[in-house]
Amino acid sequence: MADNFVLLNDKDIERIIKRISHEIIERNRGSENLVFIGIHKRGVPLAERIAANIAEMENKVIKTGKLDISFYRDDTIKRLKPAVAITDIPFNIDNTNVILVDDVLFTGRTIRSALNALMDFGRPGSIQLVVLIDRGHRELPVRADYVGKNIPTALNESIEVRLYETDKKDMVTINVKR
Amino acid sequence: MLSVKNIIDTENLTVADVNLIMENTATFSEVLSRDFKKVPALRGKTVLNMFFESSTRTKNSFEIAAKRLGADTVNFSASGSSLNKGESIIDTVKTLQSMIVDLAIIRHSDSGAINYISSKINIPVINAGDGKHQHPTQALLDLFTIGESFAEFKNLKVAIVGDILNSRVARSNICLFKKMGMDVTLVSAPMLMPVNMDCFNVKIASCIDDVIEETDVLYMLRMQFERQEKKYYPSIREYNSFFSLDKKRFMKMKEKSIIMHPGPVNRGIEISEEVMENEDEFIERIKINRQVTNGLAVRMALIYLLLASDQLEKEYVH
Repeated sequence: MADNFVLLNDKDIERIIKRISHEIIERNRGSENLVFIGIHKRGVPLAERIAANIAEMENKVIKTGKLDISFYRDDTIKRLKPAVAITDIPFNIDNTNVILVDDVLFTGRTIRSALNALMDFGRPGSIQLVVLIDRGHRELPVRADYVGKNIPTALNESIEVRLYETDKKDMVTINVKR
Repeated sequence: MLSVKNIIDTENLTVADVNLIMENTATFSEVLSRDFKKVPALRGKTVLNMFFESSTRTKNSFEIAAKRLGADTVNFSASGSSLNKGESIIDTVKTLQSMIVDLAIIRHSDSGAINYISSKINIPVINAGDGKHQHPTQALLDLFTIGESFAEFKNLKVAIVGDILNSRVARSNICLFKKMGMDVTLVSAPMLMPVNMDCFNVKIASCIDDVIEETDVLYMLRMQFERQEKKYYPSIREYNSFFSLDKKRFMKMKEKSIIMHPGPVNRGIEISEEVMENEDEFIERIKINRQVTNGLAVRMALIYLLLASDQLEKEYVH
């Protein structure tokens, strides 16, 4: 088997985003009170795409924000890195239904950090989680409400998500580290 | 990562270091604009604040910066310490270091003292001002403030006005501003200038009126009466006529130009009461309070980056 295997191409990703957009509207009975927050870096374009879909379907403006969680990681001290991503949540999240978006769900630690960070911004009415890929191996009790694709993986495999906005093309591959 | 382990002066920072610090400052500036202004990035770290010389803004700024990063702070002040019992500075610093702190912020009235202390201890040190030598965090916060008003640093015309001789802010700023490609002019009287001016390699003017019309950034220095062993200037009236910013001069400046001052301002000496109390549309161009706010963000960035570099090094060693 090749070292790199394409899991999703651009068409697949487009269909997934459409499907998830519909699921979100279905579950929330419309888009009332919904705000979208993407986790840096690839959660941000995903959140924007879903929000744009929903804005079109519902014919109204949907708020989106960006969240950088580097200061909230439980391993910050071990993995301090210069922060350059800027958090930008230009609205009050109190009592809103936040749709939190990330590309890959793995150990659950990123989501834990993101939840803590969000709580510092206010008190949302609810938080729902969207991920493009769920690769398993959870270390914390976290689950996603909307999943693009479940991919059972081994620990020596890595999932690489590329999106047009950040990487000039839409593609998800699974890579084996030798 | 930063190329330096300590922030002692602006001379040893590379342009890449400066850019990294500016990027991180922007990130922390966003954190400071939130309703909840604290992040837990440095939880469990302890920052030591040692001020052997008086300070309001720098000391409090560093303390708030460390706290907003989630670190604990310990404050040391020279009066009331064992220095009075004859303990040397190095012994005092080592004693406090033994209490397991992760970073020290030090101000001292002797030029070069911080460099000496940092060579004797093994934690990162930030110079919060040493004598007439350097005040690097002031220079970096000034640079960030300038960056908020202008698209690029290159070829900006900066005039630094006043007591160059006694000013550590001037020394830090001249070096940093030139490093970033700015066009620096010093405006001062011969007795308020250091003897060997060639080493700065900058233009010199003897009256503020010579530069006021073309300046983008007018940087007023404080008359440092506490450091002036003798009287360097005949009278305040004479100083005013050559070097002070009053309303008339202010009106001659470019539309987009800005006014800066490291504080505390001696009203009526460097800047007239009339300009300071300016309530009209021009108030936006006076950046003195903005400098203080940006000081917090710059100091957060420096503490964060220094502890980050420190950590990486440890990882490589083991």
